[in-house]
Amino acid sequence: MRVWHFSENAYPYLPPAEEYESVRAALPNRHYDPVKGAALYDRFIDEWLIAEEEGLELMMNEHHQTPTCVDPAAPLVLAVLGRLTKRARILILGNPIANRRQPVRVAEEMALADILSHGRIEVGFVRGVPYEISPANSNPVYMNERHWEALDLIIKAWTSHDGPFSHEGRFFHHRFVNIWPRPYQQPHPPVWVATTTPNGAARVGGRGFVQATFLSGNRMTPEIFAGYRRGWREAGRGDDVPIDRLAYAAFIYTAETEEAAHAGAEKLLWHIAINKIPPHFRNPPGYASAELNAQVMRGTAREPGLPKVVSARHAIDDGIMFAGTPDQVFDQVKRFYGRVAGFGNLLMLGQSGFLDHADTVRGIKLFAREVYPRLKAAFPDTAISGVGDRAGAAAT
Amino acid sequence: MAEALIGERAALDRSVLKLPEVDIEVFQGGEGPVLLFLHGGGGLQADAAFLRLLGKRFRVVAPSHPGFGGSSLPLWMDSVDDFAHVHFDVIDQLKLDHITLVGASIGGWTAAEMATKNTSRIDRLVLVSPVGIKVGPVDKLDIPDIFAMAQDKVERLIYHQPEKWRLDPAKKTDEELLTFARNRETLTLVTWEPYMHNPKLKHRLHRIDRPTLILRGASDGLVSRDYADSYAKLIPGARLETIPEAGHVPFLEQPEAFVDRIVRFAGR
Repeated sequence: MRVWHFSENAYPYLPPAEEYESVRAALPNRHYDPVKGAALYDRFIDEWLIAEEEGLELMMNEHHQTPTCVDPAAPLVLAVLGRLTKRARILILGNPIANRRQPVRVAEEMALADILSHGRIEVGFVRGVPYEISPANSNPVYMNERHWEALDLIIKAWTSHDGPFSHEGRFFHHRFVNIWPRPYQQPHPPVWVATTTPNGAARVGGRGFVQATFLSGNRMTPEIFAGYRRGWREAGRGDDVPIDRLAYAAFIYTAETEEAAHAGAEKLLWHIAINKIPPHFRNPPGYASAELNAQVMRGTAREPGLPKVVSARHAIDDGIMFAGTPDQVFDQVKRFYGRVAGFGNLLMLGQSGFLDHADTVRGIKLFAREVYPRLKAAFPDTAISGVGDRAGAAAT
Repeated sequence: MAEALIGERAALDRSVLKLPEVDIEVFQGGEGPVLLFLHGGGGLQADAAFLRLLGKRFRVVAPSHPGFGGSSLPLWMDSVDDFAHVHFDVIDQLKLDHITLVGASIGGWTAAEMATKNTSRIDRLVLVSPVGIKVGPVDKLDIPDIFAMAQDKVERLIYHQPEKWRLDPAKKTDEELLTFARNRETLTLVTWEPYMHNPKLKHRLHRIDRPTLILRGASDGLVSRDYADSYAKLIPGARLETIPEAGHVPFLEQPEAFVDRIVRFAGR
């Protein structure tokens, strides 16, 4: 198992929630103090470097017009880390390609970051949460279709080396694609895709990319990973799905005592508590299917969004957080591993809100030293996910 | 005139036209010269009183745009201009002529697009609270952003009496809710960017060579008086009339007055 330190680079110094309608998309940026923001970036980059020293891999993401993640241009931070780090793999998860107007530009950015890091980047593609739609001014209808057309075009741009090709697709048009530089890694950097549904995961599995899911918990993750394995097998990739194809993002905080761990863990939940978003940003028409939206209106389904969480204890019970002493965290991850029938990448949301530098670093170090070696030993990268799938299918 | 007719049902019959690229649901009924009604972003309410009233004076033809109601939506379609082309196919297939073309909101936009292309089958044009042009300053949306405000605020902009027209999901069937959700999705697809307009349209409106009436509800919070005025000024000879105690959908809130204006305009 590989573990990736993931920081959302939040800017937590916000006015009281009663004073604004939405933390996403519409919160005036007068609330952002650039001097404080620059100091925060110094700190977050230091934390990534410490995580690398401790043997963890690194992960970053991108959001727009929000204090919850003040990284609207993740390729820039990727390039910075590509130069400051020496060993770690660096995962960008990811590029919101349904919201980017030029997939070829994304291919160029990723190829350059791969060169700068001497082949250490892993490239994630995400559809993006619904509240990214308005900031991107991106049509919420046909996002999935744009996502896949862009993804295929990016891979083609990375892997075509004999001069320009043209692309005249449904959503993107390029008459002359011939990127310089081309990626350092051959044939191209590892590709990750984030999805939230079993059918979406099946499509990712069919292509063999790494599938990531965020905070989907005990209830949804097993069927999403099962969807991936189904797609993998239906595409003729064989019965065995390596665990390194599956990734799960959870809040993680480790401390010497349970009390200290839960105190830190509660601070991570700022990420969910702060997420005040009105319905028109939370669920623009076309983002979710008409069928789901009809059920939401009827009150028989929930619109897309973050899980409802009231406490660290609750979050641990739901499988969206692993927190406690090293033994407890190991046991929680192990239990989740069993529940989802195996996964090989743990994306560690290890900093959020007001969890300060010292506590963040303590959490990273203790996890890296006391939990990570045990996870690597218990769940080697050669392990297979979903070993029981066929027996289970036979039984039903 | 119209009041006495309420309740006398001039039923519209539903059928599905198999056009070359799309299946279009169309409601038809009534007798008289052809009135082609193009609905707005909320979709077509085929049982609405104004359609029954119009059916007393006209042969009413009311299609659902692609992606609305029971009409299909091919992946390649994503604009109001696509709708305009589809409705020419409807006109051809049904052999409609001497048409009174009435369009509301994005249906008004569609009708305006059609009238800039070919008026050979169109005798006159009625644009009801039409969107589709950009005439205001670059740093202000001409039409308030319905995708960036709460639904109750949208309803306050649409209706003169929002409390009377507010959607109550409990009173709708699952199928009606699904249609509502799909209509909103298609509306989003075709109006998101550029928002609620085609930048080319205002430069083409001068081509419209048929008598044109623009109707606007006095309480319309989406289409302002200035905006409707601009529309009227861009179409040669167009006249703007206001319907009191109505918002963006005067045909729902004031069906008699609405039909009355159209009947008088069409000389019926």
